[in-house]
Amino acid sequence: MTMLQENSAKVDTGVETMSMAAALNRALADELAADDCVVVFGEDVGALGGVFRVTDGLTGQFGEKRCFDTPVAESGIVGTAVGMAMNGLRPIVEMQFDAFAYPAFEQVVSHVAKMGNRTRGAVRLPIVIRIPYAGGIGGVEHHCDSSEAYYAHTPGLTVVAPSTPQDAYSLLREAIRFPDPVVFLEPKKLYWAKGPVDTSSTAEIGKARVIREGTDATLVAYGTSVPIALEAADAAAAEGRSLQVVDLRTLSPYDDATIDAAVRSTGRAVVIAEAPGFASMASEIAARISERCFSWLEAPVRRVTGFDIPFAPPRLEHFYLPDVDRVLDAVDSLNWDS
Amino acid sequence: MSHRQLLPRDVPVQLINADGKADSDDVYLAASPTALTDGYRSLVVSRRINDQCYALVRQGRLAVYPSSYGQEACQVAAVSVLDDGDWLFPTYRDSVSLMLRGIAPADALTLLRGDWHCGYNPHEFRVAPQSTPLATQLIHAVGFAHAAVLKGEPTVVMALCGDGATSEGDFHEAMNFAAVFHLPVVFFVQNNRFAISVPFSKQSAAESLAHKAAGYGMPGEQVDGNDLAALLAVLGIAVDRARSGGGPTLVEAHTYRMQAHTNADDDTRYRDSGEVQAWAARDPLVRLRKYLRGKNALDDAEETAFAAEADEIATTLRDALNTDVQPDAGELFRHVYATSTPQLDEQWASLQGELERSEDGAKS
Repeated sequence: MTMLQENSAKVDTGVETMSMAAALNRALADELAADDCVVVFGEDVGALGGVFRVTDGLTGQFGEKRCFDTPVAESGIVGTAVGMAMNGLRPIVEMQFDAFAYPAFEQVVSHVAKMGNRTRGAVRLPIVIRIPYAGGIGGVEHHCDSSEAYYAHTPGLTVVAPSTPQDAYSLLREAIRFPDPVVFLEPKKLYWAKGPVDTSSTAEIGKARVIREGTDATLVAYGTSVPIALEAADAAAAEGRSLQVVDLRTLSPYDDATIDAAVRSTGRAVVIAEAPGFASMASEIAARISERCFSWLEAPVRRVTGFDIPFAPPRLEHFYLPDVDRVLDAVDSLNWDS
Repeated sequence: MSHRQLLPRDVPVQLINADGKADSDDVYLAASPTALTDGYRSLVVSRRINDQCYALVRQGRLAVYPSSYGQEACQVAAVSVLDDGDWLFPTYRDSVSLMLRGIAPADALTLLRGDWHCGYNPHEFRVAPQSTPLATQLIHAVGFAHAAVLKGEPTVVMALCGDGATSEGDFHEAMNFAAVFHLPVVFFVQNNRFAISVPFSKQSAAESLAHKAAGYGMPGEQVDGNDLAALLAVLGIAVDRARSGGGPTLVEAHTYRMQAHTNADDDTRYRDSGEVQAWAARDPLVRLRKYLRGKNALDDAEETAFAAEADEIATTLRDALNTDVQPDAGELFRHVYATSTPQLDEQWASLQGELERSEDGAKS
């Protein structure tokens, strides 16, 4: 029995409790079983099962033609995925760490993102690029980065960042079946967080979701910042303030409709993301809310983000990462006397 | 196979010399005079296309044209050795090879005219979009071949690049992947001695790029890139090896770019005319013509017919490019995603509004 299988425990409802890593592993296995065109490859995804064990057991179960190790070459991994997708396969590639994915950036931006457009839709690339992203795990330099803005800024890419095992499972399955390339950002520090997973449940790429109702202000979060938003909402509730939480789930395309409705219902908004705030996803969200919801707003939209510095070393990480106190400070600044 | 067996010859393979005389070779055989006459026909057509495109750039009908004048034998051979089901991964300089593969000249030139990035359906002709970033397409070719192997298909993939591209990291990754997975890819480097203005001596310290193959664990060969017979023989064997499960090959053709990189550069700034003239004496058309004439495999009537065919293609090309086609602005938004997004729908609606106001005369 593998580590991941131990992590999942059957319960009577048909819903299993498992870690996000196990949920991702299950999604990969279910899609490998469902479609012969699906292949998984990258560095250490075979015998080792991936450095985060997300591909654990897949080579044993499906064989080396379906899940295989490659040379250590990120551009080569993504570039071969382009050729494979052109030839009818549905490649899923693993970039080992966010900051190790940059050698593949040219392939992602110049080819993965553009092939459908440059061929007028004649060649679509149903590729999933899985990237463990963001910090909070005490990783040393180049093992933690928040690179989502680079991908979200690139037309032609669809960028997904789940925050729960259920969404990780459902969105990864959806991403594998998606006709276009998907950059699938897996929040490293949530790999081991457990939650219920209903394998019959589906999720739609491109849809955000209100995950906690509230009336006084809206917290917009994704990936690693979602648990912080929920914790902040709990803390605020104890002080008598009702905070709504929206989980973006898909960064691009962006779900204006859900965010607009949520923010208009409360009149106040705080965006939480751990990437540096300058020219970031958080900046884009704040700008869109300001443009589209200005008449409903009681206060300027606030951003709670990482500082504009290279990602912090492990022992200083806690100074860098947005936390509940920072979120609550931002909420307190939302012009409550008006 | 030991790495010594993977090494290319020290002197490029040549079967017909610059004087049109045959050289004997114990490994590579020249194709039959009939097959070479057919190849000569393609050379004549290719040269005419290069000339016509050069003229169209000067007339402002093409945004840019990277000429393959002088390299036509490489273009012809790369396509000739492929079966219909095989795939070609070309670069921006390989427009003639697209046309030889059956793509209508005007569709092949959409990229260089600026109408659209790729003017043909890659699946219809088994030709990937022309790559302008260097060496990136080599990895796509490898992935394509890998998928073919996984699917049990006999496809061979011909991946083209220039000498400059061999300096890129993707060249290395593509060679290494193809060799590790033993894939049916032929890497065909057209060493035309210049990467825009940078001469080969500043591009690589290696005497021969083909020798790099041994380092990856694949055979390499170098060939006279102005000798169609030698190219057909060397590439043909590489394709046969790939198809029979023998893995990838690296072939380096020694050729010369007779014209500037594109209309945008001035080649007199970086090379002297003496060098260009020296290479003119090795012209692929001239030497094959001499050879075929010497063998009585080419007569005046055929030459006239080939020239007429080339003229006809040039006329078609000229007419197509002299026709003003209004581009459809909706294309900008239609293909970015398989299913459009709310953001793109809004932006397209906004542009349509602008265009309508413009037509009403309200917007200048």
